[in-house]
Amino acid sequence: MTEKLIELKNVGKSFHSADGAARNVLSGVDFTLADGEIVALLGQSGSGKSTLLRIMAGLINADGGDVNYRGQPLYGPARGITMVFQSFALFPWLTVQQNVELGLEAQGIAPSERARRAEAAIDMIGLSGFEGALPRELSGGMRQRVGIARALVMEPDVLLMDEAFSALDVLTGEQLRDDMLELWEGKTTPMKGILVVSHNIEEAVMMADRVLIFASDPGRVRAELRIPLPRPRDADSPQVRSLIDQIYALMTAKAPRRAAETRLTLASRLPAADVHRMEGVLERLMETPFNGRADLPKLAEDTELTDDELLPLTEALHLFGLAQLAHGDIVVTALGQRYTGADNTERQRLFGEQLLAHVPLAAHIRHSLQQEDDGELPEEPFLKLLRESLHAEEAEQALKTVIEWGRYGEVYEYNYHTGMIQLPEADAG
Amino acid sequence: MIRFQYFPRQVVDAGGNRWDWALLPLVLAALVLLAYGARQMVAPYQIGAVLPISLDPTSLPYYLLRTTLRMFIALAASLLFSFVFAALAAKIRACEKVLVPMLDILQSIPVLGFLSITVTGFIALFPGNLFGVECAAIFAIFTSQAWNMAFSLYQSMRTVPNELSEAARVFQLSGWQRFWRLELPFAMPQLLWNMMMSMSGGWFFVVASEAISVSGQDIKLPGIGSYIAAAIEARDMGAIAWAIAAMGIGILLYDQLFFRPLLAWADKFRFEATGGDSAQSSWLLTLARRTDVMQKVALSGIAVFERSFTWFRKAHDGTSILARARPAPVWQSRAADAVIAALVLIALWQLFSFIHAEVGWGETGRVFVLGFYTLVRVLLLIALAALVWVPIGIWIGLNPRWADRLQAIAQFLAAFPANLMFPIAVMAIVHFGLNPNIWLSPLMVLGTQWYILFNVIAGASTVPTELRYAAQNLGLSGWLKWKRYLLPAIFPSFVTGAITASGGSWNASIVAEFVSWGPTTLKAQGLGSYIAQMTAAGDFPRIALGIGVMCVFVMGLNHFVWRRLYRLAESKMHF
Repeated sequence: MTEKLIELKNVGKSFHSADGAARNVLSGVDFTLADGEIVALLGQSGSGKSTLLRIMAGLINADGGDVNYRGQPLYGPARGITMVFQSFALFPWLTVQQNVELGLEAQGIAPSERARRAEAAIDMIGLSGFEGALPRELSGGMRQRVGIARALVMEPDVLLMDEAFSALDVLTGEQLRDDMLELWEGKTTPMKGILVVSHNIEEAVMMADRVLIFASDPGRVRAELRIPLPRPRDADSPQVRSLIDQIYALMTAKAPRRAAETRLTLASRLPAADVHRMEGVLERLMETPFNGRADLPKLAEDTELTDDELLPLTEALHLFGLAQLAHGDIVVTALGQRYTGADNTERQRLFGEQLLAHVPLAAHIRHSLQQEDDGELPEEPFLKLLRESLHAEEAEQALKTVIEWGRYGEVYEYNYHTGMIQLPEADAG
Repeated sequence: MIRFQYFPRQVVDAGGNRWDWALLPLVLAALVLLAYGARQMVAPYQIGAVLPISLDPTSLPYYLLRTTLRMFIALAASLLFSFVFAALAAKIRACEKVLVPMLDILQSIPVLGFLSITVTGFIALFPGNLFGVECAAIFAIFTSQAWNMAFSLYQSMRTVPNELSEAARVFQLSGWQRFWRLELPFAMPQLLWNMMMSMSGGWFFVVASEAISVSGQDIKLPGIGSYIAAAIEARDMGAIAWAIAAMGIGILLYDQLFFRPLLAWADKFRFEATGGDSAQSSWLLTLARRTDVMQKVALSGIAVFERSFTWFRKAHDGTSILARARPAPVWQSRAADAVIAALVLIALWQLFSFIHAEVGWGETGRVFVLGFYTLVRVLLLIALAALVWVPIGIWIGLNPRWADRLQAIAQFLAAFPANLMFPIAVMAIVHFGLNPNIWLSPLMVLGTQWYILFNVIAGASTVPTELRYAAQNLGLSGWLKWKRYLLPAIFPSFVTGAITASGGSWNASIVAEFVSWGPTTLKAQGLGSYIAQMTAAGDFPRIALGIGVMCVFVMGLNHFVWRRLYRLAESKMHF
C-alpha cells in the first residue's frame, strides 16, 4: 500500500449567495492522491473542480468532511503543497529570479542559498539567461515556465496545477506538458504527486494515471478512470483515442435522457451558449463528413473549439431539441434538420418556440411580462430568483444567456441602460 | 598586512565610476540643505515674538527651502498614515467599518478648519520652541495631502488580483512580506499619482498654514507662504512676482529631482501594460542607475531591510492547529456594531446639545443658507469651467503631438497656488466697483479647473484609434458627433476631474470668498467667508458649526451627485 499524500473524505462546500441562501458547490467528495501518481480532475466549468483544488491547496476551507495532508488535518496552505496558476500569477514587478525566490524568502533562507536553488530551478525548466527579465518581457509559455520553476524550487511533495496550460496556445501548452512529464519521469525533483485540474480531455489522458470526472450541481465525482498506459503516450494511438472517446461519453452522460425528460427547473444553470455558434455547430453537423451525426472529439477537432467551448453548445442544442447527445455522439433531430433548412425569420420563430417550450425561466419571464400593462419588468426580480439557488456570477450568467436567447427568438427584449425586460413591440400593442 | 584586513573591500577600491562623481555633489547638497533646514526648524521661540519676514528676493531661496522641507515632512507623514490606515482598514473588518466613514468625513473638513482647532495644542506641546508652530503648519499641510493617498492605497489593497493573493498564500508569505512584496507594489502607480496631486494641493494652503493668524495668534513662519502674506499686507506687487517665480522653480526642482525619478522607477509596477501610457523617463534615475558605489550603498540598504522578511516570517504552515480558522462568534461583531451605533448616537446628542447651547438654531439655519450660496457657486462654476475646458481638452487630447506637452503644463497650473492671483482680482473688483458676490466666485475654480482640463486631455488621448476611424468613416459631425462619440468617450475621465475640482473648490471657498489686499478686504456671502471670518475671530463654536455644515454639504454632494455619476461612468461608458 503506497502512502496517501492528500486524502479527502466526504468533503462538502457551499457558498452563500447574496441573499443568504446557501448553494452547494461540492458535496460528498472522496478523493485520495497517493504517492507517485498523477491525477487529473475533469469537468465543465462551474463543476467545482477548481474549488476542490483550492481546498487541497488550503486556500478555501471545506464546510464539512475531512481534509488531510500526510495524515494531518489541513487548515491552510501547507509548505509541502505548491501550485501552478492558470494565469501564471507572477508578480510583475519582480524579476524572474525574484519571483522564483519568493517562497524561499518567505521561509527565511539566506540570500546566497536562495540564489543557488533558484538558479537550479530556472535552469531545470529551461529559462537560464532570463533570470533578470521582468515577466512582461516574456511570452506566455515562458511566463508559465517561471510559474512552474517558482513552484518546483520549493521542492514540494505535491504539485497542484490549475488549468496550467489553458491560457497558452496549443503548441506551447503541449510542449510545456511534455517537459513537465519528462521532469516527473526523470525523478529529478522530490515531487511525490501531481494533481491536474483541466477541461482539456486530451491533456488529462496524456498526463494522468487516473482521471476523475466531475458532475456539477453540486460538484461530485461522477466517474473514475484508470489509465495504465506507460508515459510518454502517443496522442494518436488507438488506446488514447478510445479513452478520449470514453471520457466524452462520460462527460455528456447526464444529457442522454430524452429532451422531454431533461426539463430544467426554473432556476437551473443554463449552458452559456452563443446563438450563432449553436447554429454554426448545427450547420457543420449537417455537412459532410458528419451528415447529421458526429463523434464529439471529432467535432471538437473539426470546429477547432475547446472542450470547454463545445460542450455548452451541444448541451444547448440538446436542450432546444435540435440535436441529441448519446454516448459521446451528437445526432441532429428532425427538428434540427428543419431548422438548418429554414430562412432567418423562420429560424428565429422556431428558436423562440423551443425556448418557451424547454426553458422554464424564459417562459416565466414571458408570462410575467404579459400580465403587465406596458409589457415591461425590471430584471432584478428574476435575478433574485436565480440567486436563491445559484452563485451570484452564475445567476448573472444564466440571466444573460436567457436574455440573449429571448432576444434572438423575439420572445422579449432588453434595455441595457434601464435594465428593463420588455415584450417586443409587435406583441405589446 | 594585518591592518589591511580590517578594511572592507569597498573602502580599498572606493573609486566609483564617473556617474558616481557626477551624482555626488547633488547628494551632498541635498544632505547639507536638509541638515540646515532641520536645524532652523527647532530654533527657540517665545509666543508673541515677531519673526521678521524679509521681502528681499535674495531671502527667497531660504524660504523656499523651509517651505519645501515642511511639505516633504508632511508628505512623509501622509505616507506613513496611509500605510497604517490602509493596512488596518483592508485587513480588519471591524476597523474598516469605523475608519472608512471617518476618513470620508475627515476629507470633507476644510484644511483651515484643522489648523484653527489644533494650533494652540501644538504650540503648547513644545513650549519655548518654534517646533510647535512648525508642527501645526506641517499638520495643516498634512491634512491637505493625506486623505486621498490613504484612500488610494486602501482601494488598491482591496483590489489586489485574486490569483496573486492566492499565490502569496500558497508560498507562505507573512503579512509583512505580503505588504512589501505584493500590496504596496500593486498600489504604487496609483499612490504615486496621488502623492503628486497631494503635493500640488499642499501649495494651495501654504499661505494659510505658514502665516498663522487664527485664534488671536499672529505668527509668520519663515517660508514662501509667509513671504506672500507679507507681500499682500505691504501691497508689494513686485514681491508677489518674485514669489511666483521662486515657487515655479521649486515645483520644477522637486518634479525633476523627486517625482520624475520616482515615476520612471515605478513604471515597473504597472500591472497591465495599458496602451497609450508612454513610459516616463528621468535623467536623474538613469544617472543613478549607472552609478557604482551609490547603487551598492542603496542595494545593501535594501538588503538590510529585506532581512526583516526573515524576522517576521510565518512560523507555522496550514497543518498547524494555529492555522485553524475560528470564525468569530456572531455576538462579537454584533457587540462591535452596537458600540459603534452607541458612539454615533452619543455624538449626535452632543452635537444637538452643542448647537442648542452654543450657537442656537437660528444661526445654524443661516449657515445652511450660506452653504447653499456656496453650493450654487461651486456647481455653476464647475459647469462653466466644463463648458470652456472640455472642448479644449478634447481637441488637445486628440492631437497626440500636443497632448503630452500641454498635459504637463496643465498639471503645473494645477499645482500653482491660485491665491497668488487674488490680489489682481481684488484690485480689479475695487477699480470697476463690481459686486463681490459674483466676481469673487471665479477665484474658487481658478486653481481647480485644471483638474478638469488634464483629466479630459487624458481621457481623450486614450480614445481607441479604431473608434476614431469609425467616427470619421461614418462622417459624424456637428452635435451628433459630440453627443454620440466625443462626450460619452471622455465622460468617465471628466467625472473624475470634476470630483476633484469640486472638492478643491469647496476648500478654496474659504480663501476665495474672503480676500484681502493690504487694508482692502472683500467678502462674498457664503459658507467659506463665514468660516474665514470666524477663524480670524477665533470663535470656536462657530468655526465648528461652519466646518460641520461644510462637511454635510460636501458629503451630500459626493453621495448624491458625484458617486452616482461615477458609477454610471464605470458601468456604462468605459472602453
